[in-house]
Amino acid sequence: MLEAQDITVEYGGRQALRSVSLSLQGGEIVALLGANGAGKTTLIRALNGTLSTPHGAIQLDGKDLRAISRREIASKISVVAQENETRFPISVREFVISGRFVHGGAFGWETEDDVRAAQAALFECDLQDFETRLMNNLSGGERQRVVLARALATGAKVLLLDEPTANLDLAHQALMFQLVRERCLRQGASAVVITHDLNLASAFADEIIMLKEGAVAAHGKPSKVLTAETVRDVFKVDVLLDENPASRKVRVTALY
Amino acid sequence: MMAITLVIAASLGAERLPLFDLSEQQRSIFYDIRLPRILLGACVGASLAVAGAGLQALLRNPLAEPYLLGVSNGAALGTMLAFVAFQDSEAARPVLAFAGAGIASFAVYRIAKSGAGMNVERLVLAGIIVTTFLSSVIVMLTTLLDAVKLRSFTFWLLGDLSQATRNGVYLSGIAALIGTLVLTSQARALNLMMVGERDAFDFGVEVGRVRMLVFGSTCLVVGAAVAASGSVGYVGLIVPHLIRLSIGSDNRLVVPFSAVAGAIFVVFADTVARTAIAPRELPVGAITALVGAPLFIFLLRRGS
Repeated sequence: MLEAQDITVEYGGRQALRSVSLSLQGGEIVALLGANGAGKTTLIRALNGTLSTPHGAIQLDGKDLRAISRREIASKISVVAQENETRFPISVREFVISGRFVHGGAFGWETEDDVRAAQAALFECDLQDFETRLMNNLSGGERQRVVLARALATGAKVLLLDEPTANLDLAHQALMFQLVRERCLRQGASAVVITHDLNLASAFADEIIMLKEGAVAAHGKPSKVLTAETVRDVFKVDVLLDENPASRKVRVTALY
Repeated sequence: MMAITLVIAASLGAERLPLFDLSEQQRSIFYDIRLPRILLGACVGASLAVAGAGLQALLRNPLAEPYLLGVSNGAALGTMLAFVAFQDSEAARPVLAFAGAGIASFAVYRIAKSGAGMNVERLVLAGIIVTTFLSSVIVMLTTLLDAVKLRSFTFWLLGDLSQATRNGVYLSGIAALIGTLVLTSQARALNLMMVGERDAFDFGVEVGRVRMLVFGSTCLVVGAAVAASGSVGYVGLIVPHLIRLSIGSDNRLVVPFSAVAGAIFVVFADTVARTAIAPRELPVGAITALVGAPLFIFLLRRGS
């Protein structure tokens, strides 16, 4: 679905990404971990074509990303990023349905498909009672869920999520990842998720990429990547590793 | 509502006109003086309102409008230069107004652009710099004119629909129509850009192209409006706000509704301007400011 080979990105003399490769297949969730400034957001921005990558190549469904139009990229890749507060009175419904932009023409109004997609996304994100509420009247966590709903409403097969659980309470953190997983399993979508939560990554991701100073420090299944040495190397923190008795997945506990 | 406003405006004036059975003289007043003026007011109002709506959405700033960004002053300066240098040419005014609006917009754009891109705050600051600079140039030019011209120019600068000509009406009418159509065609993109340029880009909007189209059509409509009627203030600021309070922020509705509401607002203001102290007249821009400023304060307080 989405393949990146040896991507290098430079910002003002500094290499933000160094020879990073990634292969994303349908149905997969890849968690992107790393310390602040490691290059995680830069990688997401390169993958959706926002940043130019003079070195290396990115292919979406076999075609070079640089050769694909903005609209086509947007119809296949959807980004969930931190949401900016808006100074205008926009309802949740208007916000989510605006994500269907690539599906309509210039003067176009929403079709039944658009409305259905938007409502399904709102329902999936537990926002069915929020349709008429104004974005500025929601809490940070509620707004974050609306941002996810907008991305889901696009119907894109590749989801790139930049810290989607940042402002969410415990229940909605799990919901967020469960939603993404369900999309991947049911509709063959795939996702790259930036998260600081190693345990969520362990529980939901099929693969983990750990970035350190722009380069890949470790890459593979959670059980292989999440080791005390790797975590110490990347995060400079000592951790205790054991097995979550309920999920049988690796459990990471930081030692303070 | 538009039709009612137009009919009332048509009958009011220094000479009150009946609705039916007009005399020869009354017919002349209506067709040659009043109707062009009312139509011009509607076109100017529509133009300034849609320009305001488009700029507010593009710049993600509810305070954006043609004045703030130097567009109107650029157009005014262009018109003045046409008046001073090409007095006999009626065509020179809108052409130089459009050029002035375009140059001012370009200057604002260049000043605002930095290595890291262009953010809304820089754009607004750049707009204020250009507006105040152009205001100074306009004042300087005004002092160079002789006393008679000075008085009429000062009046014109505050908004003056009394010089309405057929050509002026056609030009500003066509500009208003084109502007409304172009901005409505970009409305879906503006709905996304209103939330953030990065968001809009992520969802497939060709941000650079939309920016050019919105700035271009703004210059067109503001240039035509200012060339015909001087600077009528607050329309671009207040009207879109009021529309959004009534029907929400979907630009596919806000733009066309602003056009109609802007037309009504200016026709209403001009009717007051020419009847309040008849047979003398007030500048229409003074009326829109007198109504607009308190309304704006009310909106600001309501919003915070």
